[in-house]
Amino acid sequence: MIELRGIERIFQVGDEKVHALQDINLRFEHGEYVSIMGPSGSGKSTLLNMLGLLDRPTAGTYLLDGVDTTSMSDNQQADVRRNKIGFVFQSFHLISRLTAAENVGLPLTLAGMAPKERDRRVMDVLERVDLTDRAEHRPDQLSGGQRQRVAIARATIMQPTILLADEPTGNLDQSSGESVIQVLEALNDQGIILLVVTHDPDIGERARRRIRMVDGRVTGDDR
Amino acid sequence: MRVVDTILYGAGNIKGSPVRTFLLLLAMSIGVASVVMLSSLGEAARLYVVNQFSALGTHLLIVMPGRSETAGGAPPLLGTTPRDLTLDDAEALLRSPYIRDYAHIVVGSAPVYFESLEREVKVIGPSASYAVIRNLDTARGRFLPKGDYRRAAPVAVIGETLRSELFGNRRALGQRIRINDRRFRVIGVLADAGESLGMDMGDLVIVPTTQAMALFDTESLFRIIAQATGRSAIEPGKADVSRIIKERHEGEDDVTVITQDAILATFDRILKALTYTVVGIAAISLAVAGILIMNVMLVSVSQRTPEIGLLKALGASKRQILQLFLSEAALLSLIGAASGTLIAWFGVIGLDQAFPAFPLETPSWAYLSAVGVALLTGIGFGIMPARRAAELDPVLALTGR
Repeated sequence: MIELRGIERIFQVGDEKVHALQDINLRFEHGEYVSIMGPSGSGKSTLLNMLGLLDRPTAGTYLLDGVDTTSMSDNQQADVRRNKIGFVFQSFHLISRLTAAENVGLPLTLAGMAPKERDRRVMDVLERVDLTDRAEHRPDQLSGGQRQRVAIARATIMQPTILLADEPTGNLDQSSGESVIQVLEALNDQGIILLVVTHDPDIGERARRRIRMVDGRVTGDDR
Repeated sequence: MRVVDTILYGAGNIKGSPVRTFLLLLAMSIGVASVVMLSSLGEAARLYVVNQFSALGTHLLIVMPGRSETAGGAPPLLGTTPRDLTLDDAEALLRSPYIRDYAHIVVGSAPVYFESLEREVKVIGPSASYAVIRNLDTARGRFLPKGDYRRAAPVAVIGETLRSELFGNRRALGQRIRINDRRFRVIGVLADAGESLGMDMGDLVIVPTTQAMALFDTESLFRIIAQATGRSAIEPGKADVSRIIKERHEGEDDVTVITQDAILATFDRILKALTYTVVGIAAISLAVAGILIMNVMLVSVSQRTPEIGLLKALGASKRQILQLFLSEAALLSLIGAASGTLIAWFGVIGLDQAFPAFPLETPSWAYLSAVGVALLTGIGFGIMPARRAAELDPVLALTGR
């Protein structure tokens, strides 16, 4: 469960103060499927970064599974990020010199897991995204859709509470985008909170809950 | 994160950019190799001098006319004295229980003639015991005869160079040569001993002391070399020598006595200082290699900004990112140090082949310090880029800014 209370984020740009987020109050329950839509500069990426603990709010409280994250140290936040948050990026962010399996296993490596256990879990999640036969391929030997599925496998290998997807289909064609969305939705069905930031209304409309943002404020929240 | 994984990750990055890696390793290897090789050369120079001094014999005391306090200006370095150091002075040294043997020597240079050939060489007039003390061997014939040096026969032992210049392929033993206007019979040829302390032992002629004195018309000895009975006898022997000569010179303390060890120790110090200096200069190249590592790591950090952002998003702590980059720098310098050591090793072998007379030997501290310094510079200069990577803002890093 996630709760945002009175979140503000102010950027200092030269002399000017830019309110990227203003008075955000949101609550996400387990298993929710949420899309965040809005024009560029509406603050949806900032909100995503905030939820992913990549950015700290200027004011407000962010509770993740009942724990206040805003008062945490950088190291504690890194721990929370590793264990409870999964990221899926528009540009995949796979490390090109690592194989698909190594990319997927990276969070486990960072966590210090032994190789044997690591390999087992990597093969598990690769199977779930239907890429078992591509485990030893490098990202440049994979199609865009496959790369994004590798990225999703990586994001979910720690069994996070929430999966944050920033334009997950932005770099993909229609059909591979569709397959990626299906994988994400299948994960959501298993109870993970799925939060998709998108420009694409077709993708956005699929979510059960649709949040609209303009100028750093939530202007619509349809369920 | 497990240590093995950290190292593997760094190794992956190193393999991922071979050109960068090659250049870094090259710089590091050159630094390490030059430190090791230069310290080998310095150590070799020191050993060379030490060996040269041991070739003189052991436990030696050198007595020179004049006092070192009165020294000044160009040669003679020591002040002159009205009282010569004579043969009787030398003989008197045996009164000390600490002196086993002595040799005396007159040095000068004179033309040596054989038939129509003439050659200007150094003439040394030692006593017969000189051979024992200086460890000189004769290749043919014999050394100066022992016995009463005051009635020494006009015989000469010649160096190998002089022999070949004067006699070529002819037999030298038994021939008569002329030094200045005196005639000598050749009774021995020295074994080719190369150079000794800068003196060409091949290009000289050795005649009995009294003969040399007559040749140069002098009563004065150039040096007396006394051999102490043992290592512990050196210091009391030195005191005895000073006292005996003082008694004989009307209470005037007008000789200088140097122990061989003192000279040796001085040379040892000088050459060690020289070695350290040269190695210090070589170490600058290591520092340059370190700066290169820093430079390349900085570039690497900015190239891999998105990757660092990703690692942060995946939950890597600052500490982990610091470790990742430091292990990469450490790995690079370790491999560089290893290949540099290898290069130095082959280099030393090559030099050894080229100059077999030079006692080339790499001191173990050279390897240790070179590798240690390489690691320290690598990690030291790696800290700044690694810290920069760790401090990157994840949001900006992910977008590659």
